Amino acid sequence: MKWGVVRFPGSLDDNDALWALADVMGQEASMLWHKEASLRGAQCVLLPGGFSYGDYLRCGAIARFSPIMESVAKFAADGGLVIGTCNGFQVLCEAHLLPGALTRNRTLSFICERVNVRVENASTPFTRATHQGEVLRLPIKHGEGLYVAPETELRQMEERGQVILRYVDADGRESDAANPNGSMHAIAGVANDRFNVFGLMPHPEHAVEAMLGGTDGLKIFRSIVESAG
Amino acid sequence: MSQNPVSLSGDLRVDLAQARAHGLSPDEFRNIERILGRTPTFTELGVFSVMWSEHCSYKSSRKYLRTLPSRSELVVQGPGENAGAIDVGDGWIAVFKIESHNHPSYVEPYQGAATGVGGILRDIFTMGARPVASMDSLKFGSFDHPRTRYLLGGVVGGIGGYGNCVGVPTVAGEVMFDASYNGNILVNAFCLGLARTGELMSARASGVGNPVLYVGSATGRDGIHGASLLASAEFDAESESKRPTVQVGDPFTEKLLIEACLEAGKTGAIVAIQDMGAAGLTSSSSEMAARGGLGIDIDLDKVPLREQGLTPYEILLSESQERMLIVAQRGREAELQAIFEKWDLHGVVIGEVIADQRWRARWRGQVVADIPVGPLADEAPLYDRPAAPVAPRTPTPPSQHQPPAPPAALKALLENPNVASKRWVFRQYDSLVQGNTVAGPGGSDAAVLRLKHSKRAIALKVDSNPRACALDPYIGAVATVVEAARNVACTGARPAGITNCLNYGNPERPEIMWQFAEGVRGLGDAARALGAPVVSGNVSFYNETEGRAIPPTPTIAVVGIMADVSRQVVSHFKRAGDAILIVRTAEPALAGTEYAAMFGNGGGSLRPIDLDRESALLDGLVAGAELGLIRSAHDLAEGGLAVAMAEACFNPGGLLGAEVDLAAHGLTGIAELFGEGASTVVLSASTKDVDQVTQIFSSRGLECRSIGRVIAEPRLRLLPVIDEDVRGLQKTYEEALPGRLASHD
Repeated sequence: MKWGVVRFPGSLDDNDALWALADVMGQEASMLWHKEASLRGAQCVLLPGGFSYGDYLRCGAIARFSPIMESVAKFAADGGLVIGTCNGFQVLCEAHLLPGALTRNRTLSFICERVNVRVENASTPFTRATHQGEVLRLPIKHGEGLYVAPETELRQMEERGQVILRYVDADGRESDAANPNGSMHAIAGVANDRFNVFGLMPHPEHAVEAMLGGTDGLKIFRSIVESAG
Repeated sequence: MSQNPVSLSGDLRVDLAQARAHGLSPDEFRNIERILGRTPTFTELGVFSVMWSEHCSYKSSRKYLRTLPSRSELVVQGPGENAGAIDVGDGWIAVFKIESHNHPSYVEPYQGAATGVGGILRDIFTMGARPVASMDSLKFGSFDHPRTRYLLGGVVGGIGGYGNCVGVPTVAGEVMFDASYNGNILVNAFCLGLARTGELMSARASGVGNPVLYVGSATGRDGIHGASLLASAEFDAESESKRPTVQVGDPFTEKLLIEACLEAGKTGAIVAIQDMGAAGLTSSSSEMAARGGLGIDIDLDKVPLREQGLTPYEILLSESQERMLIVAQRGREAELQAIFEKWDLHGVVIGEVIADQRWRARWRGQVVADIPVGPLADEAPLYDRPAAPVAPRTPTPPSQHQPPAPPAALKALLENPNVASKRWVFRQYDSLVQGNTVAGPGGSDAAVLRLKHSKRAIALKVDSNPRACALDPYIGAVATVVEAARNVACTGARPAGITNCLNYGNPERPEIMWQFAEGVRGLGDAARALGAPVVSGNVSFYNETEGRAIPPTPTIAVVGIMADVSRQVVSHFKRAGDAILIVRTAEPALAGTEYAAMFGNGGGSLRPIDLDRESALLDGLVAGAELGLIRSAHDLAEGGLAVAMAEACFNPGGLLGAEVDLAAHGLTGIAELFGEGASTVVLSASTKDVDQVTQIFSSRGLECRSIGRVIAEPRLRLLPVIDEDVRGLQKTYEEALPGRLASHD
């Protein structure tokens, strides 16, 4: 399938996403420049991690005004698949393509480590190659990943199955110690209510080769490929 | 053409007193007058003062640095450019360097450390290489010193804040706390970049009439005299007032500069490029001209400014960050400018290369500085300062207290911030971005990065050993080099190149000059013996406060090449039932060890290091790894055998144990358990491979003994002296640093 990876000024994991998709998975993937409007026929758009615009003002707050984001919003409105990892998740929240917001980690520091996340809804286009309750081991690396949303909205999201990934321990159990950044409901990834836009703080593109510490990220990308196919 | 430059209305009077205030000696001032045939203008005085500062001119150290080995068949670029480079195979060139940012980090820890990272990154991408890995060597004062916590938080925050935002992974490092750094911390930042063969760029100006482009942030008043007054002078009670000389970093602009400069480099329209680091526009322009044997003419009115009213003096001496100077092929400026515009940067033509070997600056239609290029750059003063040996330090008196029993000593060591896990630090650094990190911080004795489209990998590690250097600056330097090289070889990579950051006190004191000379001698001897040339480096003098110098601290980074990344060796045991072996070049000793520092039992002097045996050890480690015979390899460092064995049990996939009959091998003495010194490595191997592993080392003249086995039960049994639960030891090791930091809240 055709993938488009958006490059904002300050994107950092853009090349890594391209490597994961094209070199590791053999997908047709190309970079999309933020100043352009064309998505070049992508069937899934990936907003990568990084510090777009230096995270000045607020993470993702400036990137959402890039010309390409108008096209991404329209693409999403038409039902196109969009995935945002880390900074991409932040951009999607700022652009109101996803509910909630991401704020400073409760440790008040950047955290880089591998964490366990449990698949809470395995019937989405982004998780169909996993099974319900499966624990994935993925790296996080962010300073602002504490997910917040109004409690009423969270309840609705939980009921509709929009909470896709939750931080857990290695045995799949929720605990305060297993929640690295203090996210509400230990949320690591959410979808919109149409389930075609997905944002997550972990980096699936950094878990695609055993030599580099694991391959669970492939399950996310394979789900998308299956969904598009 | 040589017209006398004009003085400006706001200029201060130039005389000997003014020269002294600029850090120049009377001799140096007379020399300037002789070179110019007149008294310099105030602007020129400022220019000379930064270019002739210790920091920029290496005037006290050049004599010694010339003795270092800098060639091998792998060296593509030795000292002389912005960084050194070696050919690591399969079409990849590794470009690397380490540099200090000590004084700025003490004065303003977050920005000081951040701009240290930014500066070393620019030294790498200015060579045409994409920065792919950073490391840091940090030295703080005593953990309980009131300023340490603030400095640690600020420095680590600054390194992470900058490195994480530019997308360069921080993959290894070291952190040490010792009272001898209470008034002068060390922040040494290393960066390695990769370029394809033939892609390296140079900082040598050529082509008379070629335009000089300014790219990046506008110039402000920040950092003026950072190189001369901050980096090239001792500290005193007034030093905090120097905070305005510390620059402020903007990693986002740096990221844009990296992408834009690498993209611009591919056009072939760049003749020469250099970052505006220490001494800013002045050093970058004069050094590029000097390398090319040409001159340069700059119009200061064209320099982008952050605010109005900057004088030529300020524009030329500003150390505003994230600025690059480029000599472009004439007629291709627009092509380059279009690339910079794409990245929301601006490339502005501010001057041109001239045939006359003069460094000339104009402002409002008048020449304000006109100086021959040579004396400004590579013909700067060269000193042969007096050096006199220090009387050997009186050995630490034996402790009055009975040292604790071995189990208690092991726990005390694991709890010591110098030994304990540094996870609190490296968790704040992105070690994964760019997707090459096979072994990151905490995973093995050195970081390992795979090379894309290749079976090969590179391993890198930074080390220092001030305790040994304080006892003997020569042996200490040798020990530091062999330790960094051994850490690299433990992963299975062959050490191939060295970069160094030499941190010492005031070179105008003969005993410091002697320490420095001995350190460079040790570095050179070790580098020659190991066949790993020194391709780049940096000297940081004047690391003292109120007349008290830091211990000699040569920081050494070694880069090695691994032929096959699938043969990479980790530092922790992997499988129960495997044999545990030790191989060593000499008996361990307590002099200069962490144990001695804690329990005061480490008298005596360092033993000489046999470099042939060290070389044989490295060779054996690499050979064993390449044959796939070594399952794990861990070098003895702080805390000696006991700590190394405990760490080897901390398998991240599930704790393991070890059972060793120390008594049967005569290893129960305190020096055997906690001694350091050159050199011991703990290995594990499948029992069927033990004979082959032993043979690898014995054929190289080294004794390798099987002393025990890895067990599934998480229990560290170094019988009969230690029998401890590994879970408890790991808890101590992991919780020590965060626990002690929290208890200071």
